[in-house]
Amino acid sequence: MAATEEAQMTATQGTMTTTAKERVDSVSAAAYRIRHHALNMGEVQGQGYVGQALGASDMLAAVYADQLRFQAAEPEWEGRDRFLLSTGHYAIGHYAALAEAGIIPVEELATYGSDDSRLPMSGMSTYTPGMEISGGSLGHGLSIAVGMALGLRHQGSAARIYNFLSDGELDEGSTWEAAMGAHHHQLGNLTAMVDINALQADGKTDTVLRTEPVTEKWEAFGWYTQRVDGNNMAELLRAFDNAAAQAAVDGRPSVILCDTKVGRGVPLLEEREKAHFMRIEDHEWQLCREQLTAGYEGKATR
Amino acid sequence: MSTTTAPKLKTSAMIASFADAGQKTSSAPFGHALVKAAQENDKIVGLTADLGKYTDMHIFAQAFPERFFQMGMAEQLLFGAAAGMAETGLVPFASTYSVFAARRAYDFLCLDSAEPNLNVNIVGGLPGLTTGYGPSHQATEDMAIFRGMPNLTIVDPCDSIDIEQAVPQLAASDGPTYLRLLRGNVPTVLDEYDYTFDLGKAKALRGGNDVVFISSGLMTMRALQAAKALAAHNVDVAVVHAPTIKPFDTATVLAEINTDRLAVTLENHSVVGGLFETVASAVVTAGVGKRVVPIALPDAFLDAGALPTLHERYGISVQRIVAKVLAELG
Repeated sequence: MAATEEAQMTATQGTMTTTAKERVDSVSAAAYRIRHHALNMGEVQGQGYVGQALGASDMLAAVYADQLRFQAAEPEWEGRDRFLLSTGHYAIGHYAALAEAGIIPVEELATYGSDDSRLPMSGMSTYTPGMEISGGSLGHGLSIAVGMALGLRHQGSAARIYNFLSDGELDEGSTWEAAMGAHHHQLGNLTAMVDINALQADGKTDTVLRTEPVTEKWEAFGWYTQRVDGNNMAELLRAFDNAAAQAAVDGRPSVILCDTKVGRGVPLLEEREKAHFMRIEDHEWQLCREQLTAGYEGKATR
Repeated sequence: MSTTTAPKLKTSAMIASFADAGQKTSSAPFGHALVKAAQENDKIVGLTADLGKYTDMHIFAQAFPERFFQMGMAEQLLFGAAAGMAETGLVPFASTYSVFAARRAYDFLCLDSAEPNLNVNIVGGLPGLTTGYGPSHQATEDMAIFRGMPNLTIVDPCDSIDIEQAVPQLAASDGPTYLRLLRGNVPTVLDEYDYTFDLGKAKALRGGNDVVFISSGLMTMRALQAAKALAAHNVDVAVVHAPTIKPFDTATVLAEINTDRLAVTLENHSVVGGLFETVASAVVTAGVGKRVVPIALPDAFLDAGALPTLHERYGISVQRIVAKVLAELG
């Protein structure tokens, strides 16, 4: 069966058993739990890239709770889709998603960033089950993803490859080498998802190195390009469905550009001065969790 | 006043042959060895960054078009993608010039292949001083750059025999490797000696009572030629070939150095960070109080020009080696 047919069947089966609203609600609930995990991990560590994790939780939930084919008990299962975290510092959010997916135990999240933990501050494949690559040196993920897509296709696999990258990584020339390579080799099973939170280490993206117009850039590189509100689950799922529908062993690679908000889901953090490494005081963590839950429950009951 | 001067030598094509006139050579030994290895191992794939014809990868591409991947003039992509392919169980050989692998793509080799210890095989053309194009193409410090990379195996072959025998061993070894490629019509030298390439091993090619040469790469060919020339001066020279720079065969080399003979290292590389410093570190670590004389390229950006001129200028020609040894012996 071609990957496209399979993907469409999965989507069709999804609609047969659940309504679109139920699907959005279910994945949103996963995103809520991922955010909750991330806050708990941030509190244990006393710091961390909590703002990025909150902003990207909807993207991670859409992947792990809806799109990705994997076997939680067997993270190395050969037929799995690959999710490559290029932005190593988003590991806090990725670990939360891996726990939500059942690949690592929820209790283990408390070890985040501690000595001898399998969950280091910056994500590494050599430490963590389900972590495909060692990211962190930004601009690597998409190049590796190109090789994985070539390698899997060469060996007859229809597995799909997702590469999570950030808008800051669009500064790196290697990202564009890979974008050209993926189109040249017609890697139709490759989907890039770009977290556009408009923030980099030294400040706002448009003050550090202007990356816009981002949509036109990816289109010019030949990619099937969609741009969505990365904190709107219905929009996200629609974009992933579109990407899945046109995925193919040979075809255009696909990119989903996701505009997100740092600290999303916790008003206290959404409104705080944006920083790459957000300071959160000891007494604020509980407040953050309460705001997260209040917001989620308020939305859920509307 | 007029003086007659010999016409100046011209810089030849990008990849000048360093074979001597009339020397026995083998054509594209790397390309043919890779084809042979790939016939036995269907996981082997080939990649290049717009330098297939110049790294003998085109031989593989012709034999296995489905297993060859052109990545364009994009070295970060080349090596990132090679790592991704290795993640899926393939055994990539990825070729470009040594300067681009070592200088431009280091981060991608280090983190994507070396840290996860993937079987990615880097094939670097124009190692050391094997082109007259100047510093943009002369990888005079590639081993210095790469020696600091954990997990990476570094091989500096002498000739076509070394390359033919090394390729299947590189494919079979775990972890990333770097091969200092000799391409085109490559001299065949080591068939005259009782020698086989064993990854990680240094081998004595000939014995000698007065001097011991420790050499790698094409300088082993020069070392053997110099040893013969020195015999005419009644100097008896042993030659030990150490093609694996990392991990280094410390035991064999130290046993050869820890004698009363004059010890000389010979390498087609900067005096900084290559064979000489590898040997020096082994000597010091073992507490051997022994002087070692380096024959190597200077710690400098080298001139453009014709290879014979440059090899003579920078002291790696047979004639300069002989002169250096005679001067050392007083």
